[in-house]
Amino acid sequence: MRQTRLLMGMPITVEILDSEATDQQLDGIFDYFGSVDERFSTYKASSEISRINRGELHPEQYSDDMRTVLALCAETKQQTQGYFEIAHEGLLDPSGLVKGWAIQQAADQLRAGGWRNFYVDAGGDIQVAGTKAGQPWRVGIRNPFRRQENVKVLAITDQGVATSGTAVRGQHIYNPYQPDVPLVEVLSLTVIGPNIYEADRFATAAFAMGRAGIQFIETLAEFEGYLIDADARATYTSGFERYVVQE
Amino acid sequence: MTKITVAVLIIGAFLVYSFVHSQSNSAALTPRLSTETATATSASTSTSSVAAANTPTPTTPVATTPTPAPTTAPTAPATAPASTATASGKYKDGTYTGNVTDAQWGYVQVKAVVSQGKIASVEFVQYPNDRSRSQYINSIADPELISEAIQAQGAQVDIITGATDSSVAFIQSLTNALSQATS
Repeated sequence: MRQTRLLMGMPITVEILDSEATDQQLDGIFDYFGSVDERFSTYKASSEISRINRGELHPEQYSDDMRTVLALCAETKQQTQGYFEIAHEGLLDPSGLVKGWAIQQAADQLRAGGWRNFYVDAGGDIQVAGTKAGQPWRVGIRNPFRRQENVKVLAITDQGVATSGTAVRGQHIYNPYQPDVPLVEVLSLTVIGPNIYEADRFATAAFAMGRAGIQFIETLAEFEGYLIDADARATYTSGFERYVVQE
Repeated sequence: MTKITVAVLIIGAFLVYSFVHSQSNSAALTPRLSTETATATSASTSTSSVAAANTPTPTTPVATTPTPAPTTAPTAPATAPASTATASGKYKDGTYTGNVTDAQWGYVQVKAVVSQGKIASVEFVQYPNDRSRSQYINSIADPELISEAIQAQGAQVDIITGATDSSVAFIQSLTNALSQATS
């Protein structure tokens, strides 16, 4: 049972392998992503985050989800030496964390529903659960120079994989310490983590560090990373290779 | 001056240690030898070094507890950097686990498997994924990262992670710009 829909400006795919899964259950997951978009999209004037940015809401009026996400953003900023920064030109944009967080929430809902073997993929950020036909899920890392080609194939189970690129939905990730200097050296940074929330937020922060980002991932326990630079060279962490499918 | 004193003490201690254990047919495994330990091991008669295949070496030398094995012919791969194996005889078959050693950014422990008198494999029991639990940048850590030219891997996949469509355009533009810059 697999469905793809365009939500939050990107294709979101949910596949459940357990045989009893129905379309209605998948609908519930897509509805959830829709509700996240309604609340957190900086592109929607009616969203809660837009209202906050227009000064229409006081902190005590924030929703529980908004408080949670803003607290997680603050925590992530602290854990990344300030490289994860949602305030830019006086506005808050937590989208660098919301996507991974929402995928994580969706995966948790699927697990709570009793599903064991599935994945949730939102614009290339992925949480996998269980296995496919008894084998780990296979995740390809797209070649940023030739998008029909993969440069690595990973075998993962019950983990998250996120890739930060040079532009997401038209907005650049930027280095908060040098916001006017475009990040051009690194084309993509893929992070494997214990779950998609963790993988995504650290991928975003590490991407903002430029080349040093891969060293940052190396210092994190339970994370591995694969960085592709503008010279078509890859740099990867010391434990990365154990996830690569051997042919 | 203090550094030299410490270095001399370490070398001295290692020499005594090596000598004592050479009498009991021991071997020490070091993923990588620094100058200091290389000096020490070349003076020893029962030490071999093994660079574990497919496993990055730490920047800090790691000596394991000498394993109970007879002296043996050199079993270190010829390509092992700074290999100074001078042992003779054969190792005793078995699996030997070294001490947990502090490598500054985390703890390292290796396990060697000896089969038919030869070191069949050396693997890390701890390292590198038991790196410091800290999720902060460790300024001491200068881990060795691996680099390669990207190339296609054709294996079938279930899902794809990668730059989103909007960035592909950016990349194509950049690629084009770079090609102009090099022509």
